[in-house]
Amino acid sequence: MKQYLSLFRIRFINSLQYRAAAYGGMVTQFFWGFMTLLLFRAFYKSGAADFPMEFSRLSSYIWLQQAFLTLFMIWYFDMDIFNSITSGNVAYELARPVDLYKMWFTKNVATRLSRATLRSFPILIVAALLPKPYGFSLPYSFTNFAMFLITAVLAFLIVMAFCMLVYISTFYTMSSLGVRIVAAALSDFLTGGIIPLPFLPDNVQRIIGLTPFASMQNLPFLIYSGHIAGAEMFRGIMLQVFWLAALVFIGRLWMNSALKRVVIQGG
Amino acid sequence: MLYGKYFSIHLKSQMQYKTSFFLTALGQFLTSFSVYLSIYFMFERFNRVEGFTYTEVLLCFAVVLMAFSLAECFFRGFDTFPTIISNGEFDRMMVRPRSVIFQVLASKIEFSRIGRLLQAIIVFAYAIPASGISWTYDKIVTLLLMLISGITVFSGLFIIYASFAFFTIEGLEFMNIFTDGGREFGRYPLSIYGEGVLKFFTYVIPTALFQYYPFLYLIGRSDNLLYMFLPLVGMLFLIPCYCFWRFGLRHYKSTGS
Repeated sequence: MKQYLSLFRIRFINSLQYRAAAYGGMVTQFFWGFMTLLLFRAFYKSGAADFPMEFSRLSSYIWLQQAFLTLFMIWYFDMDIFNSITSGNVAYELARPVDLYKMWFTKNVATRLSRATLRSFPILIVAALLPKPYGFSLPYSFTNFAMFLITAVLAFLIVMAFCMLVYISTFYTMSSLGVRIVAAALSDFLTGGIIPLPFLPDNVQRIIGLTPFASMQNLPFLIYSGHIAGAEMFRGIMLQVFWLAALVFIGRLWMNSALKRVVIQGG
Repeated sequence: MLYGKYFSIHLKSQMQYKTSFFLTALGQFLTSFSVYLSIYFMFERFNRVEGFTYTEVLLCFAVVLMAFSLAECFFRGFDTFPTIISNGEFDRMMVRPRSVIFQVLASKIEFSRIGRLLQAIIVFAYAIPASGISWTYDKIVTLLLMLISGITVFSGLFIIYASFAFFTIEGLEFMNIFTDGGREFGRYPLSIYGEGVLKFFTYVIPTALFQYYPFLYLIGRSDNLLYMFLPLVGMLFLIPCYCFWRFGLRHYKSTGS
């Protein structure tokens, strides 16, 4: 356990160095959230009755999404891992007395967390100052906030477990670019990254509900604003635990079989 | 011509990795397809947005998408320009007896953008007949002008992005607001974001000049002939972009690597 903790610390501190990138990112994400809200406002003006959630709840959703982009978006892949597989450097990592799955998992958690640490709070604070209903509002209730924290952690881990599958697939395809883009494009839509899932028709929502994607950013963000409340929250957590266990299990199994036939690409 | 040579070399080299090429193109297609889906589902819930119908918005989406993917395909060299500066490749370009702009232009041609282009063509094939516009000559000319002007404006933005690298060495992420942001939010007519945003994208970054005003003429909301020719004004955007590039070039200091 100790080696993973220190690995975590190294990566976390290392990524904290990129402050300028973080400022640039904050400006971009703030603009993105702002434009998204203006877009939804136009639809709201055209048909408020068809709006599936209160506008202020949507605003909280969008700001949480922008603030924690680096935690929940599938496409924040760690390029080093892809490169280590294609260049053959993975051989060194295999020679070390650490578990490769855990090591990559830790690395990713650390990088994403440190990026989110730099970016999230300034975005949320500025967003909280915006006038109603466009600003970031306080959580719906204390219970919802507690549940938001729990589901957010679980959702983050599910995203990581899903990314692991993409990394492992590189052992077979060698060039990661295609799989990476396809995974990013599909997941962006299915997790509610482009439009929040409640805006989709009911039957589409039900189908997406059967996949792990609905257990990612969708659940914690909707719980925060109270769009999901009561017993439904617990059902969501159960589903999250199931998906996390399933994805980690598949990932470990797949990695073991990939490592059995791995061919090191010279180097 | 020399550019033709570069063109065929890039084509050949990218065709060496066929699987990767097709997967990338597929990914590009899926990325824009998911954006299309979001428009489709929004309009299934709401019939109109600020009076614009589904097919009208699709036309707007297709214009922006096609302009962006063509600009990105040919001007990709400017998009990756910060790397050219930081790895010292630019010094070599300066000593060659060809214009620097030409060399940057030819340094990269990204054919996998065909995935996005394909999406744009499909949407056009559906929206052009379905929009109920009677396609007289002036409308066809308007649409073509919108496309050409769109390519120019996006290219200009890529050039500005590259020029910043003369000063900062690194690419500036906030420029994505205008390039990727222009593509993402330009899928709806810019007026729906409100007066301020429209003004910004008219007078500062001329995205609305090819995406919004001529679009009004196209769908018959306005018969102001001036709107039809505003895309030409949008093309003038290339002049300040070029000046900024020259300005940056004069301040260039090699990174020495």
